[in-house]
Amino acid sequence: MSNVASVEEAASEQAVPTPPPRRQGRGSRIRRGLAPVPWLAPAVILIAVVVIWPIVTMVQTSLQRYSSLGILIGSAGTQNFTALFGDPNLSSILVRTVLWVVAVVGITMLVSLALAQLFNQHFPGRRVTRWALIAPWAASVMMTALIFRWMLQPDSGVINIFLHQLGLVQYNSAGSSWLGRPDSAMAWMIGVAVFVSLPFTTYTLLAGLQAIPGELFEAARVDGASRWQSYRSITLPLLRPAFLVALVINVMNVFNSFPIIWEMTRGGPGYETNTTTVFMYNLKQSFIGESAAMSIVNFVIIIVVIIFFLRLNNWNRQEAR
Amino acid sequence: MAAETVSTDRAGERGAAVRRASKRGPARPSRTSLKTVIIAAAAYLIAVIFLLPYLEMLITALRPQQELLERNYLPHHFAWSNLINMWGSGFGITNSLRVSLELAIGATILVLLVATPAAYYTARRSFRGRGLFLLIVLITQMLQPTALIVGIYKEFLSFHLLNSVFSLILVNAGFNMAFAVWILNAYFRSIPVELEEAAMVDGNSHFGAMLRITFPLAMPGVVTALIFTFIAAWNEFIAALTLTTGSSAMPLTVLLDSFIGQYTVDWQHLFGASLIATIPVVILFAFIERRVVGGLTAGSVK
Repeated sequence: MSNVASVEEAASEQAVPTPPPRRQGRGSRIRRGLAPVPWLAPAVILIAVVVIWPIVTMVQTSLQRYSSLGILIGSAGTQNFTALFGDPNLSSILVRTVLWVVAVVGITMLVSLALAQLFNQHFPGRRVTRWALIAPWAASVMMTALIFRWMLQPDSGVINIFLHQLGLVQYNSAGSSWLGRPDSAMAWMIGVAVFVSLPFTTYTLLAGLQAIPGELFEAARVDGASRWQSYRSITLPLLRPAFLVALVINVMNVFNSFPIIWEMTRGGPGYETNTTTVFMYNLKQSFIGESAAMSIVNFVIIIVVIIFFLRLNNWNRQEAR
Repeated sequence: MAAETVSTDRAGERGAAVRRASKRGPARPSRTSLKTVIIAAAAYLIAVIFLLPYLEMLITALRPQQELLERNYLPHHFAWSNLINMWGSGFGITNSLRVSLELAIGATILVLLVATPAAYYTARRSFRGRGLFLLIVLITQMLQPTALIVGIYKEFLSFHLLNSVFSLILVNAGFNMAFAVWILNAYFRSIPVELEEAAMVDGNSHFGAMLRITFPLAMPGVVTALIFTFIAAWNEFIAALTLTTGSSAMPLTVLLDSFIGQYTVDWQHLFGASLIATIPVVILFAFIERRVVGGLTAGSVK
């Protein structure tokens, strides 16, 4: 509490219209340098415990050798990484991860553009329909994934009942076991990932759309521009900042996505529906060192995306000026 | 930023209203209304599609056990007793619901205590290291427990803090603090310093002015941060899955996951519990949805 009092002093000194000239002694400079500490320290400590310490531990673990029971045996050098890169499953998992991110984010962005346009129109009941859109965003992703798993039950799930009525699916056939085959399982999981990503993306694009001044469209209309022309040369360019931010946040979320694949297939059959994130988790059970190596690789990828995001951020700000 | 988002939002709607009014010339009233009907129909259809999985959640929660595998959209009769039986001690839902509440409330309080001073100070003062601090917060916001889960597991293992609600509170608070800092920072900055100065002239200390004047004015931001943290902690899955092994400190998400591995899955109870976990959260979320967009995209869309 005494810290707070000293900060108060420092703060009120600045609030006085004309601060009396003070000697810039060493003590006062240090005190001023320390003024933010009581305000920021709790946040910094929390970040240190929950973010920085785990990163350090992760690097450490990736360089150590563990028995299959998780008991530390000794240093491993780069053996965990060699084991990881020598893993016969890794290349297909990497390819699948890229496919997963590109497909989910790509489809999400395109569909959200259309949805944002739609929900930006005026019609009675718009508020209520927008609320309905929130459900997959607010609900726990693992619960949404579970309900889809249930709806895809081979011989009694409602999706199969519906597709059977349309004549598209036979009961008790390979075709009805959507999550049993890697390709169809991936397709459905991509669908679920798009489903839970749409609300945030649509809302972000909606906010972007609403920030565009209506006068611009008026002016374009007066100049005789068609709707498509004004969409292409007004809406899309002005929507770019919102679009790019939603894009990067989605890339992060989808790359880190765990509950959908975990609840729907556990990464199986075999390793055939693992992404790098799920693979890291599956390795954790018995190969903690290799799992840590996988997390380091994932972490590097994430850092690259973050750096890209920060540059984008600056770029957007400069554009805005 | 959040406040600004809301206001541009309104300006946008006003602009749209002007546009709509100008389009509604006497020349083509019927065409406009037909267009509105088509748009409304499409929007209603999409809204229903978004709700269908959760409707199936409700229907399954009310399915009698012996009808679970029947091929029909609706059961022959609804077993309302499911909603009572699921609280039976054999399932552990009561205990897990308590754990989920504890960890979500704990994380929310911790975030409020930690994020408010940081957000206030960075909004009001410029000091050495301010940019660095905000950069670290931004990076934290982009990281997720998933990315660090092996490290988090090893850390809490070495501190003997597995199976404790306390560690789940720490992790959830840590990863949701960034959002709270951003949104509170935006609100504090939108409140004029002069208000605080006036209060200080009236004899308040600086801290008192912050507490009595600025904090209440930033209430919308505070509420948004609180609700958002609560929901995120309530729904969090991978850290809880990793850090809990026994049922004593198992939140609802992990408990429901453990249902799946069992020989016979009690789907009706699983989805009954899911429903109870989902409905209040969706309603809470509807209150803050606009401001969440502002907070999550803070510093960028602006």
